[in-house]
Amino acid sequence: MEYVRAFLAGGLLCALAQLALDRGKWTPADVASAFVILGVLLGFSGVYDRFVAWAGAGATMPLSGFGYFLAKGVMVEPRPDGLVETGAAVFRFAGALFAFIVAGSFFASLICKPKG
Amino acid sequence: MKRVGKQTWVFDEDIYIRAAATAVGPLEADGPLGGYFDIWHRDLYCGEETWELAERRLMSEAVARCLQKAGVSAHDVDLFLAGDLLNQNATSNYVARELPIPFLCLFGACSTSMQTLAAAAAFVAGGLADTALVATSSHNATAERQFRYPTELGVQKPKTATFTVTGAGAALVGRTPGRWRIRAATIGKVIDAGLTNPLDMGAAMAPAAADTIEQHFRDLGTSPSDYDLIVTGDLSRVGSVIVRELLAESGYDISDVYNDCGLMIYRPDQKVFAGGSGCACSAVVTYGYLFHELDRGTFHRLFVVATGALLSQTMVQQKQSIPAVAHGVVIEAAKQEPDSLP
Repeated sequence: MEYVRAFLAGGLLCALAQLALDRGKWTPADVASAFVILGVLLGFSGVYDRFVAWAGAGATMPLSGFGYFLAKGVMVEPRPDGLVETGAAVFRFAGALFAFIVAGSFFASLICKPKG
Repeated sequence: MKRVGKQTWVFDEDIYIRAAATAVGPLEADGPLGGYFDIWHRDLYCGEETWELAERRLMSEAVARCLQKAGVSAHDVDLFLAGDLLNQNATSNYVARELPIPFLCLFGACSTSMQTLAAAAAFVAGGLADTALVATSSHNATAERQFRYPTELGVQKPKTATFTVTGAGAALVGRTPGRWRIRAATIGKVIDAGLTNPLDMGAAMAPAAADTIEQHFRDLGTSPSDYDLIVTGDLSRVGSVIVRELLAESGYDISDVYNDCGLMIYRPDQKVFAGGSGCACSAVVTYGYLFHELDRGTFHRLFVVATGALLSQTMVQQKQSIPAVAHGVVIEAAKQEPDSLP
């Protein structure tokens, strides 16, 4: 059941993005940015916590999940103190994702060649 | 040579296309016109490290094959006119680097094929060159990267989007008799219909094509029936309908003699969205397939109108609309004596 919920939630997010592309005439960059911002806002308001509890990986996957982790970084204990610590805390969880993206892209570029 | 009407040059003296050659990528070779191209490649890299180098190779090969067909050494060519889609016309500049020929670089986006051909004919007619070489190229992956999104990003495209043709075409223009004769050229004005979507360039270019075609008819006092084929460069499924409607509104019904290179180069089942586009689209279809049909006698007189969306990525990001231009050249089979073109 957990898998089904994750599948439905992930699919719903994708469907929203597709609607924004097709009906809303948004650019792919618009959609990507909007989903991150949405994740941050819902993360701060606590709504996304409940979404994650219900949907699991369906909600934590990028890009809305990425926004959620950005927000979550500054919200969990130990709370950051001051502006510099807050800035660093934004990437407390999201930083891992960055590391995987950079490293993954690098290694993929070593063994793959785009076909066009 | 004389100017007739407002925008049309008529070449009274015989200006010939002595030879033409084409090189294409895998999808174009696999398309319905595949057999008419001189050189084709199995993959988009064309044996090079990058796509930009592949595009350069396509143009170099088309140029070399064209000179070979004409039996002319590059040292005997007086002028080289070329353009492409990459920033700073990189492909053309680097191909010209390898040639011992004075070089004028032209940019007309996808109208470059007829822009260079018209200019070459004018230079030859004006006595500034005895032999002029023209070339143009485009490459699907280099154009996607520069004007839209890198293909690796996997961004979805709407059905109105066109598919940049991978290929290059070259032609040698001169007074020495050849199989094809350049009779007239109409130089287009830049027309901006106010469209801003780089994924619907057919619609952006159609008004420019219609303007040039109508001006051509007016300047020469001709009508669509005076041509065996009027072919636009890369208006695709979207723009080719619009140009016919626009001309019909002006009282010119071109439906019986009209086609679009972007619709001819691929099969309907090849996944190319609204059809082919790019500098190479009109170049390879004209220099490959249409010249062959002139030889066969299928057509006697062509009016090739290459259409260019003068798209700048910077300007589009600043919410500016896309200007467009179209240049047309009338080409005839030279085996017949020229009949009257008013």
